[in-house]
Amino acid sequence: MSTLSDGLPTRTPATRRPGAAGARLRTVGWHALIIAVLALLLYPVAWLLATSIKPTDEILSSLSLLPSRLAPENYTAALDGIAGIGVWQFFANSVIVAVGAVIGNLGSCALAAYAFARLRFRLRGPLFAFTLLTIMLPYHVVLIPQYTIFQKLDLVGTFVPLILPKLLATDAFFVFLMVQFIRGLPRELDDAAEIDGCGPVLTFRYVILPLLKPALVTTAIFTFIWTWNDFFSQLVYLNDPETYTLPLALRLFIDQTSESAFGPMFAMSVLSIVPVLLFFLAFQRYLVEGIATSGLKG
Amino acid sequence: MGKSTMTTGTLRRPPPRPAAPGGAGSGARPRYRRNRPGIAYLFLSPWVVGALLLTVGPMLASLYLSFTDYDLFTSPQWVGLENYQRLFADDARFLASAKVTAMYVLISVPLKLAAALAVAMLLNRKRRGQGFYRSAFYAPSLLGTGVAIALVWRAMFTDAGVVDSVTGTFGWDTGGWINEPDYALYVLIILAVWQFGAPMVIFLAGLKQIPTELYDAAAVDGSGTWRTFRSVTLPMLSPIILFNLVLETIHAFQAFTPAFIVSGGRGGPSNSTLFYTLYLYERGFSQFRMGYASAMAWILLLVIAIITALFFGTSRRWVFYSGEDR
Repeated sequence: MSTLSDGLPTRTPATRRPGAAGARLRTVGWHALIIAVLALLLYPVAWLLATSIKPTDEILSSLSLLPSRLAPENYTAALDGIAGIGVWQFFANSVIVAVGAVIGNLGSCALAAYAFARLRFRLRGPLFAFTLLTIMLPYHVVLIPQYTIFQKLDLVGTFVPLILPKLLATDAFFVFLMVQFIRGLPRELDDAAEIDGCGPVLTFRYVILPLLKPALVTTAIFTFIWTWNDFFSQLVYLNDPETYTLPLALRLFIDQTSESAFGPMFAMSVLSIVPVLLFFLAFQRYLVEGIATSGLKG
Repeated sequence: MGKSTMTTGTLRRPPPRPAAPGGAGSGARPRYRRNRPGIAYLFLSPWVVGALLLTVGPMLASLYLSFTDYDLFTSPQWVGLENYQRLFADDARFLASAKVTAMYVLISVPLKLAAALAVAMLLNRKRRGQGFYRSAFYAPSLLGTGVAIALVWRAMFTDAGVVDSVTGTFGWDTGGWINEPDYALYVLIILAVWQFGAPMVIFLAGLKQIPTELYDAAAVDGSGTWRTFRSVTLPMLSPIILFNLVLETIHAFQAFTPAFIVSGGRGGPSNSTLFYTLYLYERGFSQFRMGYASAMAWILLLVIAIITALFFGTSRRWVFYSGEDR
C-alpha cells in the first residue's frame, strides 16, 4: 500500500522553490489520509476474502486477516453446493438471468432511446416524462399484479419474469441514459444519412448504433452487476432450488446450516462476488464515468 | 457539457464515421422521416408494451387490489378502505416498520451524502492517483447491494464478532449489535453509509464543473476555506445535492436485501430491522395477503411521491442554477 505514496510527481531541482517541500509534505499527507480511509473502508471486503480461506473456528472474532492455516476445504465444501445442487448450477442460473437481462436492456432501451431522442411523434413529450417518472416508481407498486400475471401464465419459478421486463424497456434509467447520450451526438450525421437516402431504420443501424457504443457498454455492465446482485425479485419469482441463483443459494446456506458452516458460506460468498470484482476491475472507468455523466446531464 | 477537457472522458464522442449508404432510396428526394410517427412507434413498440402491460396496467391493478382481499388463488373481494384502516388503526407491526424505515432514511441518507461530499472534496485535487482512488471508493457501491456483503456485516456485528471484540477491548461489550434492538438498525445504517461511493462520484463530477474563476475571486476577496465552501462550493453544487438527495432517499425507502439477510428475514430483534419492504414481502409473499400488501405498496408510493415533490418544491429556495446550463 505504502508504495502508492512514493510515486509522487517530483519536480526537477531547478524548478523547486522554497515552498516545494511544504507542498510535497502536503501531498504525502493527502495520500496518507486517503489510503487510511480506504483501508478502513475496504477492510470488510478484505475480511471476506481472508475469512473464506480460514478454518471455521477462527472466523468470528479474529480481527487478523491472516489465517493460522489455510483452509481450502471451505472451497471444496462450497463447490459441493447445497441441497444436493452443485454451486456451478447456481452460477449458471445467475449467468442466464444476468445475460438475459443485459441482452434485453441493450436492445429494447436503445430502440426506445432512439425514438425519444431523434424521432418526432405526437406523444413524445408526455411519454418521455412518464419514463422519467417511472425511475422513481417503487417496484412494489407493480410487483403484485406482475406476479399475478406471471402466475396465471404459469411462469413463476422460471427465469421469464426476471428477463422479460428487460426486453420491454422497463429499466427507465437506461432509456434515459441513452437518450442523453444520443442527444449529444451531432445531428448533422443524421441529416447526412438522410440525404444519402437512409430512413430512420438505416440511420439507427449505421449511424446511431455504432456511436452509441460507450452508452451500450455502460448499460451492459450496470445491468449485469445489478442483476447479479439482485435479491428481491429473484426471491419472489424463483421457488425451486434447481433454479436458484447465487444470492438465493447463499440465503439457503444461512437457513440450512449452523455457524459451523461459516467457512464454506464465505467461500461461496467470494465466488458470488468474483464476477462483480472482475467487471469492476476491467470496466471501472466506464462505470464511474457512466454514473457521473448520467447524473450530471439530468 | 464541460467534460471534454478531462482526460478521463470515456463517454466522449468517437470521431464521426461515414454512414453507410442507404442503397434503395438514394437519388430520391429526402424523405422527412421525423414526421413519420409510424416508424417512431415501431422503435418504441417494446417500450409501449412494457409500459402498458408491466407498468401502467399493474399500477392500476394494484390500486384496485389495495381495496380488496386477495390471496392469489380466489378472486379479489372488494373490502373498501378496510386494508388502509387496519394498517393504521391496528397493525403494530406496520407502524413499527414505518418507524424503522423512517429512521433508516432520516439517518442513513444525510450521513451517506455528507460522507460522499467530504470525500469528494478531499479527492478533488489534480494529483496523481485520483482516478484510482475514485474507483476504489466506488467499489463498495457495487458490492454492497449483494447478499455476500450483507452476510459479512451479519458476521462482523454478531456476538463475539469482529466489532464486538474491538469494542470489548474498550470495555464495551454489546453482545453483538445485531442482537440488540437498540443497535441493530445501525448495523444497516453503517452498511448504507459504507456505499457512499456512488453519490461521491457524482459530487466529484459536479465539483469539476465549478469554474475556477469563482475560487480565484473568493481568494482575492480574502475568503477562508469554510467561507468559500459555504459561499461558492455549496451553492454551485446544490443542483447535484438535490439530485443525490432525491435518488438516495427513494433508494433508501426501498432497501430490502441487507435487512432481510442480517435479520434472517424476520426483521428482528423486536422489529428493530423490520424494513417496510420486508413487512410488505412478508404480508404479500409469505401470507399471500396480496390486497393488504398492495395497500402498503401504494402508501409507499404516495410517501415517496410527496417527499420527492417536497424536495423539488422547496428547491427554488435552496438550489442555485447558474443560468445557461439549464
